[in-house]
Amino acid sequence: MMIETDLSSSMEITVNIMLLVLIVSLFLAFIRLFRGPSLPDRVVALDLIAAIVVAIFAVYSIVVDQPVFIDAAIVLALIIFLGTVAFARYTERRGRP
Amino acid sequence: MSEIFIIPLMAVGAALMLLAGVGILRMPDLFTRMHVATKSATLGVGCILVAVAIYFGDIGVFTRALLVIIFFFLTAPVGAHLLGRAGYIVGTPLWEGTKWDELKGKYDHANNTLESPESLKTREPRSDSPHARETD
Repeated sequence: MMIETDLSSSMEITVNIMLLVLIVSLFLAFIRLFRGPSLPDRVVALDLIAAIVVAIFAVYSIVVDQPVFIDAAIVLALIIFLGTVAFARYTERRGRP
Repeated sequence: MSEIFIIPLMAVGAALMLLAGVGILRMPDLFTRMHVATKSATLGVGCILVAVAIYFGDIGVFTRALLVIIFFFLTAPVGAHLLGRAGYIVGTPLWEGTKWDELKGKYDHANNTLESPESLKTREPRSDSPHARETD
């Protein structure tokens, strides 16, 4: 099932394959988020999920031909970094993994 | 044609992201997982954003994509360092095949200090250590 776009055929195939690969990768990271034996494992998985979602935003901005999605990627990257730092402080203060 | 640059860059970026996903699932302990997730995900996001910047060919989009790339390259090591430090301090188990643990026995959990050979030579009494736990 291909997404219908106004792109050239080679770009359309590329963009579809990229979205598929990124979603598979998102799924793998989600399995780690679900299974992760300790809290830092889950935080690493969340960090990776944020990076993958930023990449999906970037690819999707090509699909719909709207560069506005890059702004959403900036905001997401900022917020997730703060979340990672907060989780690290919290883990260290809590004192167990 | 800019597609000559865009398609390989996006392919490399997506392959690196897939590598990060497989690695975070397959690696045996927290530190190896962090290693694979941080490095390859950062480079993958960088490749894909460069491809997007080339695709739009606009100075505004280029600046914003560059901003995201710089931000990722600055914050990913900082976040991974903080998280790895926290994970080590709280005693996350290492992989059983780990050969070297250079911090083993050198980290003082009572007052959050690290013993190096210099501090072993000129060690003060621990009781009047200036940062005894209140820096936490």
